[in-house]
Amino acid sequence: MKYIDQEQVQNKMSSRLIKNNILKTLFALATMFGIVVLVILIVRVLTQGLAWIDMDFITGKLSTNADRAGIMGAILGTLWLMAVVIPVTLVLGVATAIYLELYAPKGKLQAIIQTNIANLAGVPSIVYGLLGLTVFVRAMEFGNVVLAGGLTLSLLVLPIVIVAAQEAIRAVPQHLSEASFGMGATKWQTVKNIVLPAALPGILTGAILALSRAIGETAPLTVIGIPALLIPFPEGIFDSFTVMPMQIYYWTIDSVLVEEYAYLAAATIIVLLLMLFILNSIAVIIRNKFQRRY
Amino acid sequence: MSLKTESKPSFTPIAQETFLDKKVVYDTKDLNLWYGDTHALKDINLSIYEKEVTAIIGPSGCGKSTYIKTLNRMVELVPTVRTTGTITYNGMSILDKKFRVEDLRTRVGMVFQKPNPFPKSIYDNVAYGPKIHGIRNKKILDEIVEKSLRGASIWDEVKDRLKENAYGLSGGQQQRLCIARCLAIEPDVILMDEPTSALDPKSTLRIEELVQELKKDYSIIIVTHNMQQAARISDRTAFFLNGEVIEFDQTDNIFTKPADSRTEDYISGRFG
Repeated sequence: MKYIDQEQVQNKMSSRLIKNNILKTLFALATMFGIVVLVILIVRVLTQGLAWIDMDFITGKLSTNADRAGIMGAILGTLWLMAVVIPVTLVLGVATAIYLELYAPKGKLQAIIQTNIANLAGVPSIVYGLLGLTVFVRAMEFGNVVLAGGLTLSLLVLPIVIVAAQEAIRAVPQHLSEASFGMGATKWQTVKNIVLPAALPGILTGAILALSRAIGETAPLTVIGIPALLIPFPEGIFDSFTVMPMQIYYWTIDSVLVEEYAYLAAATIIVLLLMLFILNSIAVIIRNKFQRRY
Repeated sequence: MSLKTESKPSFTPIAQETFLDKKVVYDTKDLNLWYGDTHALKDINLSIYEKEVTAIIGPSGCGKSTYIKTLNRMVELVPTVRTTGTITYNGMSILDKKFRVEDLRTRVGMVFQKPNPFPKSIYDNVAYGPKIHGIRNKKILDEIVEKSLRGASIWDEVKDRLKENAYGLSGGQQQRLCIARCLAIEPDVILMDEPTSALDPKSTLRIEELVQELKKDYSIIIVTHNMQQAARISDRTAFFLNGEVIEFDQTDNIFTKPADSRTEDYISGRFG
Protein backbone atom coordinates (compact mmCIF):
# COMPACT_ATOMS: atom_id res chain seq x y z
CA MET A 1 0.00 0.00 0.00
CA LYS A 2 1.27 3.44 -0.86
CA TYR A 3 1.07 6.41 1.46
CA ILE A 4 1.39 9.06 -1.22
CA ASP A 5 -1.69 9.49 -3.38
CA GLN A 6 -0.50 10.65 -6.78
CA GLU A 7 -3.88 12.18 -7.63
CA GLN A 8 -3.91 14.35 -4.54
CA VAL A 9 -0.37 15.43 -5.23
CA GLN A 10 -1.38 16.45 -8.75
CA ASN A 11 -4.35 18.46 -7.44
CA LYS A 12 -2.24 20.44 -5.03
CA MET A 13 0.65 20.93 -7.40
CA SER A 14 -0.57 24.13 -9.09
CA SER A 15 -1.21 25.96 -5.81
CA ARG A 16 2.29 25.00 -4.64
CA LEU A 17 3.76 26.38 -7.83
CA ILE A 18 1.77 29.63 -7.55
CA LYS A 19 3.00 30.12 -4.00
CA ASN A 20 6.54 29.55 -5.20
CA ASN A 21 6.17 32.19 -7.92
CA ILE A 22 4.63 34.77 -5.58
CA LEU A 23 7.49 34.41 -3.15
CA LYS A 24 10.04 34.58 -5.94
CA THR A 25 8.51 37.94 -6.96
CA LEU A 26 8.55 39.19 -3.36
CA PHE A 27 12.21 38.33 -2.94
CA ALA A 28 13.06 40.03 -6.21
CA LEU A 29 11.14 43.16 -5.17
CA ALA A 30 12.99 43.28 -1.86
CA THR A 31 16.26 43.19 -3.76
CA MET A 32 15.05 45.84 -6.19
CA PHE A 33 14.15 48.19 -3.34
CA GLY A 34 17.77 48.57 -2.32
CA ILE A 35 18.96 49.01 -5.88
CA VAL A 36 16.28 51.60 -6.70
CA VAL A 37 17.13 53.69 -3.64
CA LEU A 38 20.80 53.59 -4.55
CA VAL A 39 20.08 54.63 -8.14
CA ILE A 40 17.86 57.53 -7.02
CA LEU A 41 20.58 58.66 -4.64
CA ILE A 42 23.29 58.56 -7.25
CA VAL A 43 21.15 60.22 -9.91
CA ARG A 44 20.17 63.04 -7.57
CA VAL A 45 23.71 63.64 -6.42
CA LEU A 46 25.04 63.54 -9.97
CA THR A 47 22.40 65.94 -11.39
CA GLN A 48 23.03 68.40 -8.57
CA GLY A 49 26.75 68.18 -8.26
CA LEU A 50 28.31 67.07 -11.51
CA ALA A 51 28.13 70.53 -13.09
CA TRP A 52 30.13 71.97 -10.20
CA ILE A 53 33.03 69.58 -10.48
CA ASP A 54 36.02 70.89 -12.38
CA MET A 55 39.74 71.13 -11.77
CA ASP A 56 39.36 74.38 -9.83
CA PHE A 57 36.83 72.76 -7.49
CA ILE A 58 39.09 69.79 -6.78
CA THR A 59 42.39 71.63 -6.42
CA GLY A 60 41.04 74.90 -5.03
CA LYS A 61 40.99 76.26 -1.51
CA LEU A 62 37.89 76.63 0.58
CA SER A 63 36.00 79.89 0.14
CA THR A 64 32.75 81.44 1.28
CA ASN A 65 32.20 82.40 -2.33
CA ALA A 66 30.48 79.36 -3.85
CA ASP A 67 31.90 79.97 -7.31
CA ARG A 68 35.48 79.96 -6.06
CA ALA A 69 35.23 77.26 -3.38
CA GLY A 70 37.43 74.19 -3.71
CA ILE A 71 37.85 71.05 -1.62
CA MET A 72 41.55 70.24 -1.89
CA GLY A 73 41.89 70.88 1.84
CA ALA A 74 39.16 68.34 2.63
CA ILE A 75 40.62 65.77 0.22
CA LEU A 76 44.06 66.11 1.79
CA GLY A 77 42.48 65.98 5.24
CA THR A 78 40.72 62.73 4.41
CA LEU A 79 43.92 61.24 2.96
CA TRP A 80 45.99 62.26 6.00
CA LEU A 81 43.31 60.82 8.25
CA MET A 82 43.46 57.51 6.39
CA ALA A 83 47.24 57.59 6.65
CA VAL A 84 46.75 57.40 10.42
CA VAL A 85 43.71 55.12 10.53
CA ILE A 86 44.93 52.37 8.17
CA PRO A 87 48.26 51.51 9.85
CA VAL A 88 46.95 51.99 13.39
CA THR A 89 43.90 49.77 12.94
CA LEU A 90 45.75 47.11 10.96
CA VAL A 91 48.59 46.81 13.46
CA LEU A 92 46.42 46.98 16.59
CA GLY A 93 43.58 44.95 15.10
CA VAL A 94 45.68 42.13 13.67
CA ALA A 95 47.89 41.95 16.76
CA THR A 96 44.81 41.72 18.98
CA ALA A 97 43.30 39.03 16.76
CA ILE A 98 46.53 37.04 16.77
CA TYR A 99 46.74 37.23 20.54
CA LEU A 100 43.12 36.28 21.13
CA GLU A 101 43.09 33.44 18.61
CA LEU A 102 46.54 31.95 19.04
CA TYR A 103 48.15 32.99 22.30
CA ALA A 104 45.51 33.86 24.87
CA PRO A 105 44.60 31.00 27.19
CA LYS A 106 41.06 29.94 26.37
CA GLY A 107 38.96 30.73 29.40
CA LYS A 108 36.78 33.24 31.16
CA LEU A 109 39.05 36.22 30.59
CA GLN A 110 39.25 35.55 26.87
CA ALA A 111 35.45 35.20 26.71
CA ILE A 112 35.01 38.52 28.52
CA ILE A 113 37.40 40.31 26.16
CA GLN A 114 35.65 38.74 23.20
CA THR A 115 32.22 39.90 24.36
CA ASN A 116 33.53 43.39 24.98
CA ILE A 117 34.99 43.67 21.51
CA ALA A 118 31.63 42.69 20.07
CA ASN A 119 29.96 45.30 22.30
CA LEU A 120 32.44 48.00 21.31
CA ALA A 121 31.44 47.49 17.68
CA GLY A 122 27.94 48.59 18.66
CA VAL A 123 28.85 51.75 20.59
CA PRO A 124 27.49 54.86 18.80
CA SER A 125 30.19 56.75 16.97
CA ILE A 126 29.49 60.02 18.82
CA VAL A 127 30.56 58.32 22.05
CA TYR A 128 33.91 57.59 20.46
CA GLY A 129 34.06 61.27 19.59
CA LEU A 130 33.73 62.15 23.29
CA LEU A 131 36.43 59.62 24.12
CA GLY A 132 38.71 61.16 21.49
CA LEU A 133 38.01 64.63 22.81
CA THR A 134 38.82 63.64 26.38
CA VAL A 135 41.86 61.48 25.73
CA PHE A 136 43.57 62.65 22.56
CA VAL A 137 42.55 66.30 22.21
CA ARG A 138 42.63 67.31 25.88
CA ALA A 139 44.49 64.81 28.08
CA MET A 140 47.27 64.14 25.58
CA GLU A 141 47.06 67.72 24.33
CA PHE A 142 47.21 66.89 20.64
CA GLY A 143 44.53 69.50 19.89
CA ASN A 144 42.04 68.97 17.08
CA VAL A 145 44.68 67.75 14.62
CA VAL A 146 44.84 64.85 12.17
CA LEU A 147 46.50 62.56 14.72
CA ALA A 148 43.72 63.03 17.28
CA GLY A 149 41.00 62.50 14.68
CA GLY A 150 42.80 59.50 13.19
CA LEU A 151 43.27 57.80 16.56
CA THR A 152 39.62 58.43 17.44
CA LEU A 153 38.43 56.88 14.19
CA SER A 154 40.91 54.02 14.64
CA LEU A 155 39.27 53.13 17.94
CA LEU A 156 35.90 53.32 16.25
CA VAL A 157 36.72 50.83 13.50
CA LEU A 158 39.11 48.64 15.48
CA PRO A 159 36.42 46.10 16.47
CA ILE A 160 35.57 45.57 12.80
CA VAL A 161 39.18 44.75 11.97
CA ILE A 162 39.66 42.57 15.05
CA VAL A 163 36.57 40.48 14.42
CA ALA A 164 37.34 40.08 10.70
CA ALA A 165 40.97 39.16 11.39
CA GLN A 166 39.92 36.68 14.07
CA GLU A 167 37.54 34.99 11.68
CA ALA A 168 40.20 34.89 8.97
CA ILE A 169 42.74 33.38 11.37
CA ARG A 170 40.23 30.85 12.63
CA ALA A 171 39.48 29.81 9.06
CA VAL A 172 43.09 28.80 8.42
CA PRO A 173 43.03 25.00 8.55
CA GLN A 174 44.38 23.69 11.83
CA HIS A 175 46.34 20.96 10.04
CA LEU A 176 48.58 23.61 8.46
CA SER A 177 49.71 25.08 11.76
CA GLU A 178 50.04 21.56 13.20
CA ALA A 179 52.45 20.70 10.40
CA SER A 180 54.49 23.77 11.25
CA PHE A 181 54.49 23.11 15.01
CA GLY A 182 55.36 19.48 14.26
CA MET A 183 58.64 20.60 12.74
CA GLY A 184 59.66 22.55 15.82
CA ALA A 185 58.50 25.98 14.65
CA THR A 186 57.66 28.47 17.37
CA LYS A 187 54.25 30.05 17.53
CA TRP A 188 55.50 33.26 15.98
CA GLN A 189 57.24 31.44 13.12
CA THR A 190 54.01 29.57 12.46
CA VAL A 191 51.96 32.77 12.60
CA LYS A 192 54.31 34.65 10.30
CA ASN A 193 54.91 31.94 7.71
CA ILE A 194 51.71 29.94 7.67
CA VAL A 195 48.76 31.58 9.44
CA LEU A 196 49.06 35.21 8.37
CA PRO A 197 49.67 34.58 4.65
CA ALA A 198 46.64 32.29 4.57
CA ALA A 199 44.50 34.72 6.56
CA LEU A 200 45.55 37.84 4.67
CA PRO A 201 42.65 37.97 2.18
CA GLY A 202 40.15 37.79 5.04
CA ILE A 203 42.04 40.40 7.05
CA LEU A 204 42.07 42.76 4.06
CA THR A 205 38.34 42.30 3.59
CA GLY A 206 37.91 43.51 7.16
CA ALA A 207 40.26 46.38 6.49
CA ILE A 208 38.19 47.44 3.49
CA LEU A 209 35.03 47.47 5.60
CA ALA A 210 36.76 49.45 8.33
CA LEU A 211 38.18 51.94 5.86
CA SER A 212 34.79 52.53 4.25
CA ARG A 213 33.30 53.16 7.66
CA ALA A 214 36.05 55.53 8.78
CA ILE A 215 36.16 57.57 5.61
CA GLY A 216 32.49 58.53 5.88
CA GLU A 217 32.34 59.25 9.62
CA THR A 218 31.29 62.73 10.68
CA ALA A 219 29.87 62.61 14.19
CA PRO A 220 33.03 61.82 16.18
CA LEU A 221 34.93 64.48 14.27
CA THR A 222 32.35 67.17 15.04
CA VAL A 223 32.76 66.32 18.72
CA ILE A 224 36.53 66.65 18.73
CA GLY A 225 36.08 70.08 17.18
CA ILE A 226 37.06 70.02 13.54
CA PRO A 227 36.86 73.60 12.29
CA ALA A 228 33.96 74.53 10.07
CA LEU A 229 35.97 76.81 7.86
CA LEU A 230 39.59 76.10 7.29
CA ILE A 231 41.64 77.68 4.54
CA PRO A 232 45.22 76.23 4.84
CA PHE A 233 45.94 72.70 3.61
CA PRO A 234 47.06 70.11 6.20
CA GLU A 235 50.67 69.09 5.60
CA GLY A 236 51.12 66.44 8.26
CA ILE A 237 49.50 64.59 11.10
CA PHE A 238 49.97 67.50 13.53
CA ASP A 239 48.03 69.99 11.40
CA SER A 240 44.46 71.09 11.78
CA PHE A 241 42.25 69.58 9.14
CA THR A 242 38.81 69.03 7.82
CA VAL A 243 37.50 66.04 5.89
CA MET A 244 35.03 65.64 3.06
CA PRO A 245 32.08 64.38 5.15
CA MET A 246 32.51 67.43 7.43
CA GLN A 247 32.58 69.71 4.40
CA ILE A 248 29.39 68.10 3.13
CA TYR A 249 27.78 68.54 6.52
CA TYR A 250 28.61 72.23 6.88
CA TRP A 251 27.70 73.10 3.32
CA THR A 252 24.39 71.30 3.71
CA ILE A 253 23.38 73.12 6.89
CA ASP A 254 24.56 76.43 5.44
CA SER A 255 22.60 75.93 2.22
CA VAL A 256 19.73 77.83 3.85
CA LEU A 257 21.99 80.90 3.64
CA VAL A 258 23.60 80.35 0.27
CA GLU A 259 21.66 78.10 -2.08
CA GLU A 260 24.71 77.09 -4.13
CA TYR A 261 26.25 75.39 -1.09
CA ALA A 262 23.83 72.48 -1.65
CA TYR A 263 25.37 71.90 -5.07
CA LEU A 264 28.85 72.09 -3.61
CA ALA A 265 27.82 69.45 -1.06
CA ALA A 266 26.57 67.21 -3.86
CA ALA A 267 29.79 67.72 -5.81
CA THR A 268 31.81 66.81 -2.71
CA ILE A 269 29.73 63.66 -2.25
CA ILE A 270 30.68 62.60 -5.78
CA VAL A 271 34.37 63.12 -5.04
CA LEU A 272 34.06 61.27 -1.72
CA LEU A 273 32.32 58.30 -3.33
CA LEU A 274 34.93 58.24 -6.07
CA MET A 275 37.75 58.26 -3.53
CA LEU A 276 36.11 55.51 -1.52
CA PHE A 277 35.73 53.51 -4.69
CA ILE A 278 39.41 53.95 -5.59
CA LEU A 279 40.67 53.03 -2.10
CA ASN A 280 38.41 49.97 -2.02
CA SER A 281 39.58 48.92 -5.47
CA ILE A 282 43.19 49.06 -4.34
CA ALA A 283 42.37 46.89 -1.33
CA VAL A 284 40.41 44.43 -3.48
CA ILE A 285 43.30 44.19 -5.95
CA ILE A 286 45.76 43.49 -3.14
CA ARG A 287 43.39 40.91 -1.70
CA ASN A 288 42.90 39.12 -4.99
CA LYS A 289 46.61 39.09 -5.64
CA PHE A 290 47.18 37.18 -2.41
CA GLN A 291 44.15 35.00 -2.86
CA ARG A 292 45.40 33.73 -6.19
CA ARG A 293 48.56 32.47 -4.62
CA TYR A 294 46.71 29.89 -2.56
CA MET B 1 71.62 9.51 26.31
CA SER B 2 72.83 6.12 27.49
CA LEU B 3 69.67 4.34 28.35
CA LYS B 4 70.74 1.15 26.64
CA THR B 5 70.67 -1.05 29.69
CA GLU B 6 68.18 0.80 31.77
CA SER B 7 64.91 -0.10 30.17
CA LYS B 8 63.90 -3.32 28.57
CA PRO B 9 60.34 -4.41 28.05
CA SER B 10 59.41 -6.12 31.27
CA PHE B 11 56.70 -8.35 29.87
CA THR B 12 58.32 -9.67 26.72
CA PRO B 13 61.02 -12.10 27.80
CA ILE B 14 61.27 -13.69 24.34
CA ALA B 15 61.91 -10.38 22.70
CA GLN B 16 64.63 -9.43 25.10
CA GLU B 17 67.37 -11.59 23.73
CA THR B 18 66.62 -10.57 20.16
CA PHE B 19 66.77 -6.91 21.00
CA LEU B 20 69.45 -6.84 23.61
CA ASP B 21 71.65 -4.71 21.38
CA LYS B 22 68.83 -2.31 20.51
CA LYS B 23 68.74 1.10 22.05
CA VAL B 24 65.56 2.44 23.59
CA VAL B 25 64.52 5.74 22.03
CA TYR B 26 61.33 6.40 23.91
CA ASP B 27 60.52 5.03 27.29
CA THR B 28 57.04 5.59 28.66
CA LYS B 29 56.42 4.98 32.36
CA ASP B 30 52.99 4.98 34.01
CA LEU B 31 51.62 7.56 31.61
CA ASN B 32 48.13 8.81 32.34
CA LEU B 33 46.41 11.45 30.29
CA TRP B 34 43.13 13.30 30.69
CA TYR B 35 41.19 15.53 28.33
CA GLY B 36 39.26 17.50 30.93
CA ASP B 37 37.48 14.71 32.82
CA THR B 38 38.00 12.05 30.17
CA HIS B 39 40.70 9.58 31.12
CA ALA B 40 42.16 8.94 27.66
CA LEU B 41 45.39 7.07 28.49
CA LYS B 42 45.70 4.76 31.48
CA ASP B 43 48.99 3.59 32.97
CA ILE B 44 50.86 3.26 29.69
CA ASN B 45 54.24 1.53 29.87
CA LEU B 46 55.93 1.19 26.53
CA SER B 47 59.47 1.16 25.12
CA ILE B 48 60.19 2.20 21.58
CA TYR B 49 63.37 0.81 20.05
CA GLU B 50 65.79 2.48 17.71
CA LYS B 51 65.54 1.85 13.96
CA GLU B 52 62.46 -0.26 14.19
CA VAL B 53 58.91 0.22 13.06
CA THR B 54 56.58 0.17 16.02
CA ALA B 55 52.91 -0.09 15.10
CA ILE B 56 50.13 1.01 17.37
CA ILE B 57 46.81 -0.62 16.63
CA GLY B 58 43.40 -0.56 18.23
CA PRO B 59 39.80 0.45 17.59
CA SER B 60 38.72 4.09 17.18
CA GLY B 61 38.90 6.10 20.36
CA CYS B 62 41.34 3.71 22.05
CA GLY B 63 43.92 6.44 22.59
CA LYS B 64 46.45 5.45 19.94
CA SER B 65 46.49 8.87 18.25
CA THR B 66 46.58 10.58 21.63
CA TYR B 67 49.59 8.49 22.60
CA ILE B 68 51.60 9.26 19.47
CA LYS B 69 50.77 12.96 19.83
CA THR B 70 52.06 12.83 23.40
CA LEU B 71 55.43 11.67 22.09
CA ASN B 72 56.00 15.10 20.48
CA ARG B 73 53.65 16.92 22.87
CA MET B 74 51.34 17.94 20.04
CA VAL B 75 48.59 16.81 22.37
CA GLU B 76 49.11 20.06 24.25
CA LEU B 77 47.31 21.91 21.47
CA VAL B 78 44.19 20.73 23.32
CA PRO B 79 44.12 23.20 26.22
CA THR B 80 42.40 20.95 28.75
CA VAL B 81 44.99 18.20 28.55
CA ARG B 82 46.66 16.91 31.73
CA THR B 83 49.27 14.17 32.18
CA THR B 84 51.00 12.20 34.91
CA GLY B 85 53.88 9.78 34.58
CA THR B 86 56.99 10.18 32.48
CA ILE B 87 58.17 9.79 28.92
CA THR B 88 61.89 9.88 28.32
CA TYR B 89 63.30 10.50 24.89
CA ASN B 90 66.96 9.47 24.74
CA GLY B 91 67.07 9.89 28.49
CA MET B 92 65.45 13.33 28.58
CA SER B 93 62.20 13.73 30.40
CA ILE B 94 60.03 15.37 27.74
CA LEU B 95 56.79 15.88 29.67
CA ASP B 96 58.70 18.18 31.99
CA LYS B 97 57.29 21.65 31.33
CA LYS B 98 60.83 23.03 31.29
CA PHE B 99 61.69 20.81 28.34
CA ARG B 100 61.28 22.89 25.20
CA VAL B 101 58.83 21.39 22.74
CA GLU B 102 60.62 23.11 19.87
CA ASP B 103 63.76 21.10 20.69
CA LEU B 104 61.81 17.89 20.86
CA ARG B 105 59.98 18.44 17.59
CA THR B 106 63.21 19.21 15.78
CA ARG B 107 64.36 15.69 16.55
CA VAL B 108 61.00 14.00 16.22
CA GLY B 109 59.19 14.55 12.95
CA MET B 110 55.52 13.90 12.38
CA VAL B 111 53.45 12.78 9.42
CA PHE B 112 49.73 13.35 9.76
CA GLN B 113 46.59 11.47 8.87
CA LYS B 114 45.59 13.75 6.01
CA PRO B 115 48.36 14.95 3.71
CA ASN B 116 48.87 18.55 4.86
CA PRO B 117 51.36 20.29 2.60
CA PHE B 118 51.57 24.07 2.97
CA PRO B 119 49.98 26.15 0.21
CA LYS B 120 53.48 26.85 -1.07
CA SER B 121 55.74 25.44 -3.76
CA ILE B 122 57.11 21.91 -3.47
CA TYR B 123 60.54 23.37 -2.81
CA ASP B 124 59.32 25.75 -0.09
CA ASN B 125 57.43 22.95 1.62
CA VAL B 126 60.59 20.91 2.07
CA ALA B 127 62.78 23.92 2.81
CA TYR B 128 60.37 25.17 5.49
CA GLY B 129 61.83 23.11 8.34
CA PRO B 130 65.49 23.95 7.67
CA LYS B 131 64.55 27.62 7.20
CA ILE B 132 62.81 27.93 10.56
CA HIS B 133 65.87 26.38 12.12
CA GLY B 134 67.97 29.15 10.66
CA ILE B 135 69.45 27.77 7.46
CA ARG B 136 69.57 30.58 4.90
CA ASN B 137 72.28 29.37 2.50
CA LYS B 138 70.60 28.65 -0.82
CA LYS B 139 73.05 25.92 -1.79
CA ILE B 140 72.61 24.04 1.46
CA LEU B 141 68.84 24.38 1.19
CA ASP B 142 68.96 23.02 -2.37
CA GLU B 143 70.90 20.02 -1.14
CA ILE B 144 68.56 19.36 1.77
CA VAL B 145 65.54 19.60 -0.52
CA GLU B 146 66.96 17.12 -3.01
CA LYS B 147 68.16 14.71 -0.34
CA SER B 148 64.83 14.79 1.47
CA LEU B 149 62.77 14.35 -1.68
CA ARG B 150 64.98 11.44 -2.70
CA GLY B 151 64.64 10.01 0.78
CA ALA B 152 60.88 10.08 0.43
CA SER B 153 61.19 8.55 -3.08
CA ILE B 154 59.37 11.38 -4.77
CA TRP B 155 62.34 13.21 -6.30
CA ASP B 156 61.97 11.75 -9.80
CA GLU B 157 58.33 12.77 -9.95
CA VAL B 158 58.83 16.39 -8.87
CA LYS B 159 62.40 17.38 -9.78
CA ASP B 160 61.22 19.36 -12.82
CA ARG B 161 58.41 21.17 -11.00
CA LEU B 162 59.91 22.17 -7.67
CA LYS B 163 58.53 25.70 -8.03
CA GLU B 164 54.96 24.52 -8.59
CA ASN B 165 52.35 24.61 -5.86
CA ALA B 166 52.24 21.43 -3.79
CA TYR B 167 48.45 21.34 -4.12
CA GLY B 168 48.89 20.22 -7.73
CA LEU B 169 50.22 16.84 -6.54
CA SER B 170 48.05 13.75 -6.06
CA GLY B 171 47.09 12.71 -2.53
CA GLY B 172 49.75 9.99 -2.41
CA GLN B 173 52.41 12.35 -3.72
CA GLN B 174 51.36 14.99 -1.19
CA GLN B 175 51.81 12.50 1.63
CA ARG B 176 55.29 11.55 0.37
CA LEU B 177 56.06 15.27 0.12
CA CYS B 178 55.01 15.60 3.77
CA ILE B 179 57.38 12.75 4.61
CA ALA B 180 60.14 14.57 2.70
CA ARG B 181 59.30 17.76 4.59
CA CYS B 182 59.65 15.79 7.80
CA LEU B 183 62.99 14.26 6.72
CA ALA B 184 64.30 17.75 5.97
CA ILE B 185 64.57 18.57 9.68
CA GLU B 186 66.83 15.50 9.97
CA PRO B 187 64.94 13.87 12.81
CA ASP B 188 65.82 10.66 14.67
CA VAL B 189 62.23 9.55 15.05
CA ILE B 190 59.28 9.80 12.68
CA LEU B 191 55.79 9.67 14.14
CA MET B 192 53.12 8.65 11.65
CA ASP B 193 49.49 9.09 12.59
CA GLU B 194 47.49 6.86 10.22
CA PRO B 195 49.49 8.16 7.26
CA THR B 196 47.68 6.08 4.65
CA SER B 197 44.09 6.31 5.82
CA ALA B 198 43.26 9.00 3.26
CA LEU B 199 45.09 7.27 0.38
CA ASP B 200 44.19 4.74 -2.30
CA PRO B 201 45.68 1.20 -2.15
CA LYS B 202 48.44 1.94 -4.65
CA SER B 203 49.65 5.07 -2.83
CA THR B 204 49.35 3.16 0.43
CA LEU B 205 51.67 0.46 -0.88
CA ARG B 206 54.25 3.07 -1.91
CA ILE B 207 54.18 4.62 1.56
CA GLU B 208 54.56 1.17 3.13
CA GLU B 209 57.59 0.43 0.94
CA LEU B 210 58.98 3.80 1.90
CA VAL B 211 58.55 3.07 5.60
CA GLN B 212 60.58 -0.11 5.11
CA GLU B 213 63.33 1.97 3.49
CA LEU B 214 63.24 4.65 6.16
CA LYS B 215 63.61 2.34 9.14
CA LYS B 216 67.23 1.80 8.15
CA ASP B 217 67.92 5.35 9.32
CA TYR B 218 64.99 6.34 11.51
CA SER B 219 62.94 4.99 14.35
CA ILE B 220 59.34 4.94 13.20
CA ILE B 221 56.17 4.83 15.22
CA ILE B 222 53.07 4.35 13.14
CA VAL B 223 49.47 4.47 14.25
CA THR B 224 47.22 2.45 12.01
CA HIS B 225 43.72 1.04 12.08
CA ASN B 226 44.70 -1.30 9.29
CA MET B 227 45.87 -4.53 10.93
CA GLN B 228 47.28 -5.98 7.73
CA GLN B 229 49.41 -2.88 7.44
CA ALA B 230 50.76 -3.32 10.95
CA ALA B 231 51.49 -6.98 10.20
CA ARG B 232 53.21 -6.11 6.92
CA ILE B 233 55.48 -3.30 7.97
CA SER B 234 56.12 -3.30 11.71
CA ASP B 235 58.66 -5.03 13.91
CA ARG B 236 56.68 -4.56 17.07
CA THR B 237 53.05 -3.92 17.70
CA ALA B 238 51.22 -2.40 20.64
CA PHE B 239 47.53 -3.12 20.95
CA PHE B 240 45.58 -0.31 22.62
CA LEU B 241 42.05 -0.68 23.98
CA ASN B 242 40.10 1.93 25.95
CA GLY B 243 43.24 3.89 26.72
CA GLU B 244 45.25 0.93 27.95
CA VAL B 245 48.04 -1.10 26.39
CA ILE B 246 46.62 -4.60 26.30
CA GLU B 247 49.63 -6.20 24.68
CA PHE B 248 53.00 -5.13 23.34
CA ASP B 249 55.26 -7.61 21.61
CA GLN B 250 57.03 -8.48 18.42
CA THR B 251 54.57 -8.15 15.59
CA ASP B 252 54.86 -11.85 14.68
CA ASN B 253 53.85 -12.88 18.16
CA ILE B 254 50.94 -10.44 18.30
CA PHE B 255 49.49 -11.75 15.08
CA THR B 256 50.23 -15.46 15.48
CA LYS B 257 50.01 -16.17 19.19
CA PRO B 258 48.54 -13.20 21.06
CA ALA B 259 48.74 -13.58 24.81
CA ASP B 260 45.52 -11.75 25.58
CA SER B 261 42.14 -12.92 24.35
CA ARG B 262 41.09 -9.30 23.62
CA THR B 263 44.02 -8.95 21.22
CA GLU B 264 42.98 -12.15 19.53
CA ASP B 265 39.38 -10.96 19.25
CA TYR B 266 40.50 -7.69 17.71
CA ILE B 267 42.96 -9.05 15.17
CA SER B 268 40.55 -11.76 14.11
CA GLY B 269 37.99 -9.05 13.39
CA ARG B 270 35.53 -9.86 16.16
CA PHE B 271 35.30 -6.16 17.10
CA GLY B 272 36.72 -2.79 16.13
